[in-house]
Amino acid sequence: MSRRLPTGGAVDRARPIPFSFDGRAYQGYAGDTLASALLGAGVAVVGRSFKTHRPRGVWGHWFEEPNAFVDLIRDGRREPNARATTTFLEEGVALAARSINAAPDAERDRFAFFDRFARFLPSGFYYKTFLWPSWKVFEPAIRAMAGLGRIDPQWKPAAPFAPRNRRCEVLVVGAGPSGLAAARAAAEAGMGVLVVDDRPAPGGSLLYRGGAPDGAAASAWVAETVAAIEAAGGAFLANATAYGVYDHNLVCAFQRGVAGAADTLWRIRPRHIVVAAGAIERPLLFDHNDRPGILSAEAGLAYLKQYGVLVGERVVVAANNDSVYAVAAALRESGATVTIVDCRQTAQGMEAAAAAGVEVRRGERVAHAEGRGAIRAARLASGAAIEADALLVSGGFDPTVHLYCQAKGRTVWDERLLAFVPGGAVDGLAVVGAANGVFSLAGALAQGRAAIAALRGDGAARSALGEREDALAAAPAWPDAKASGRAWVDLQSDMTVKDVALAARESYLSIEHVKRYTTLGMATDQGKTSGVNGVAALALATGREIAAVGTTTYRPPFTPVPMPALAGMRAGALLNPVRRLPLEARHRAHAAVFDDYGGWLRPAFYGEAGAKAEAIAREIRLARNAVAIFDGTPLGKIEVIGPDAAAFVDFNSYMTMSTLQPGRIRYGLLLQENGVVFDDGVIARLDAQRFVVSCSTSHVAAVHARLEDWRQDQFDPSRVYVHNATAHWTTLTVSGPLSRKLVERLELGVDLADAALPHMALAQGRFAGDAARVARVSFTGDRSYEISVRAARAEALLDRLLEAGRELGVGLLGVEALMVLRAEKGYFVVGKDTNGTTMPHDLGFAGPREKRAGDFIGKRSLFTEVASAPDRRQWVGFEPTQGREPLPCGAHVVDLAGPRPRSTGFVTSSYASPTLQRPIALGLVERGAARIGETITLQHLGRKFPARIAPPCAFDPKGERLHA
Amino acid sequence: MQLFPCPFCGTRDETEFRFLGEADKLRPAGGADASLAAWTRYLYFQRNRKGRVAEIWSHAPCGETFRMERDNVTHVVTASASLRKESAP
Repeated sequence: MSRRLPTGGAVDRARPIPFSFDGRAYQGYAGDTLASALLGAGVAVVGRSFKTHRPRGVWGHWFEEPNAFVDLIRDGRREPNARATTTFLEEGVALAARSINAAPDAERDRFAFFDRFARFLPSGFYYKTFLWPSWKVFEPAIRAMAGLGRIDPQWKPAAPFAPRNRRCEVLVVGAGPSGLAAARAAAEAGMGVLVVDDRPAPGGSLLYRGGAPDGAAASAWVAETVAAIEAAGGAFLANATAYGVYDHNLVCAFQRGVAGAADTLWRIRPRHIVVAAGAIERPLLFDHNDRPGILSAEAGLAYLKQYGVLVGERVVVAANNDSVYAVAAALRESGATVTIVDCRQTAQGMEAAAAAGVEVRRGERVAHAEGRGAIRAARLASGAAIEADALLVSGGFDPTVHLYCQAKGRTVWDERLLAFVPGGAVDGLAVVGAANGVFSLAGALAQGRAAIAALRGDGAARSALGEREDALAAAPAWPDAKASGRAWVDLQSDMTVKDVALAARESYLSIEHVKRYTTLGMATDQGKTSGVNGVAALALATGREIAAVGTTTYRPPFTPVPMPALAGMRAGALLNPVRRLPLEARHRAHAAVFDDYGGWLRPAFYGEAGAKAEAIAREIRLARNAVAIFDGTPLGKIEVIGPDAAAFVDFNSYMTMSTLQPGRIRYGLLLQENGVVFDDGVIARLDAQRFVVSCSTSHVAAVHARLEDWRQDQFDPSRVYVHNATAHWTTLTVSGPLSRKLVERLELGVDLADAALPHMALAQGRFAGDAARVARVSFTGDRSYEISVRAARAEALLDRLLEAGRELGVGLLGVEALMVLRAEKGYFVVGKDTNGTTMPHDLGFAGPREKRAGDFIGKRSLFTEVASAPDRRQWVGFEPTQGREPLPCGAHVVDLAGPRPRSTGFVTSSYASPTLQRPIALGLVERGAARIGETITLQHLGRKFPARIAPPCAFDPKGERLHA
Repeated sequence: MQLFPCPFCGTRDETEFRFLGEADKLRPAGGADASLAAWTRYLYFQRNRKGRVAEIWSHAPCGETFRMERDNVTHVVTASASLRKESAP
């Protein structure tokens, strides 16, 4: 049955828009929300309640809606848990909505019988019921039946949201009467104004309440005010919800994209914020107050005035305040039979209402909503029943204090207004109009103007902001915890007055605890309609004043914001950029299979993706028997320059570096102040005042930042300078017994004789007309030459090496093979083979600890009781004594001698060694250095592996191949 | 999102900054001879005051460390100053 009136409202009846709900086709009009279109089409049940699957209808008309949540598909774009009340029908957009928490649909939900078991689902039921034989037996089914919308895990936004930034002098949140008055006053005073409003058009409550602002017609006043604001340089953001106030007055707003435009996340930095966010109507609570057909009175008026939908023909309006008299008059005028049930004996407007043909029941309350599914009659506390197809309720208004509270404002309970209103002032933020507890139109306009006058230094205006007349004359109408029946406090999380009373009986006194225990005010509406009734119910149940109970904490977001909007550009490669080698294309041309190593995309190995083990073994044999080229470009190259460079490097390094001769290289460790190994790498001295600190690929930024910090903390920054030159140089390492032969063919202008360029020495040469550095360092254990050229010469260098080395059988070496080569030599990788307790002497580098004079980072920590303990875990190798299978990485060395098994160490690296034709492993074990040769048992995931502790270096322990 | 004043670059978003430590916390001199108590205090103990605090921060884009005074309850920043001293010749 259609409830759409032939005329009235802001919808365009000449522009019908089809849509579907729960698989059935309906039609609304341009200007309709999904909720108004459903109500207009006579759809009473739009969803099922969270726990008990009771039928639910539309309750509100805007963001406060607790019931009408749907899963949307708009032109293939999915959005779970959308509010039907704020979702507009759009021409040319195929809209399919599906009710949530219902199967097969809201009308015929097969779990509706749950309601009969409601007494088994009280607050915290999962602690109390379904415990035999085990909660786990019931949990999957209960979880499947609970919950809200369905998320499509496959869905991805078409493009990342680019957040937009904006600055302004005055940000006005809300384009209702007080907001527009403030914005105009500010703009005309020459302030830069931005108005953010969540509706498509400005006006706020004027759009449905009308009235005569400044004596003008509402729509004319809005148009004129908006024009004046824009003429004075002010701007508007429509369809945008200011959902959060963050530190230093950052306001974030989510703007719905309309007509195909993308959604936008705004980050606004105003100097002053004026919150004119209005107020939210509070429900009245009575038995079965959740039936479809029970709406907020404000919603009844909004559907009539904005959408031309009359929510019922026989309407009962139950209230405790004056706001409903205008609602009743409008409904009556549109042809409905209207009865007002007012809990007060006298009120302004009672006479006028009666004169207009509205029956007024004075001093009466609705006690029970009768019906099966939708409402059929309202039964009063006195026993009388009034037939009704709609019951509108108003229990007063709660100022929208969310942004004020997020900005660290504290509300106070106003006993006269029966509402929490803003208390003390917050720097840079003013609250005006209904959001400040000022409910009359004239008062709202005056407040908007006063807020701007106060900003400009008008002290009288400032104090006027705290004055509130009692415009609604509300009388207390709080939930009665002792009343029979079930009265819902929180419609969305399906929670009743009895649940609050139960929590109170179970000694929950803090409203924050009651919230968590009963789910009061949780879920996607965050208690917009339930919060204050819940506080009142708790106050009554515990014999306290409402003011003493207080509210829960208001946190952003005010309304849900889609996660992709919050993520913005911080997703995928934009969050975690892939770092690429200058030679990536060349590596691909040589069939490299890439992987991520510390954020860099590097060749793991070369060959068929499916033949990894064979490729690695081939590369290892090549590097051991002939010559191989490894791309070591991402290895850190941080230059330390200046007269104090030597002292600075000494202070930062565990090993002394100032004694290095120019052209020489030394291995070094960097420690943290707690003595733990932070990074390792070689340090080369180029000349008296210049060093190059190399560091691990994934550690470059951290090492650079640390060097920079110490430079400014302990040194004169004008005498030492730190420069990260990692990206400047491409480094190719030529390694293997034939490496010298190959490097000779490059004609770099460097004397490669071992006397001139021994192991751990560096020479400067030229390649293709540019500087080239040749360093003899080795991570493979074989003779190696690290050749560094500027990145622009990288391809030429690689091509030249491959061409010159063809007859030597040269090939490329990936990261995986290098890891095996270094493990054969017992070289560790910091962070893989070490952890947050590993000190240098655990790794066999005890010299500087014992001998080095002078201070360096971490030195003092190497002499604590812990650092000197005899049972420290030390760096060793492991050899399995049975089988040919590599030991599992992470296997523990278990000591079975004590009262209970205890781990004394673990395997950190383990490989099959093609060079040695046997498995090799490395790790840390207590007193390891003294236990070489000892037989131990390793355990991993229930399996045992007999092994022997061995020296870390399994191949060429004397290091002869470095010089071969 | 807080706004911090880098003494070199001006007001920037807090995400550009790194916290380095509480101000006026001095590294004990003496290397291995520093007292264990002083070293422990330096390494592990923070004043962790509520309210007005002085801290050392680093602004990542320019790399400069500086001293900032702020209130860690109200988040009001009251001062920020470079750590640079007069350079030796």
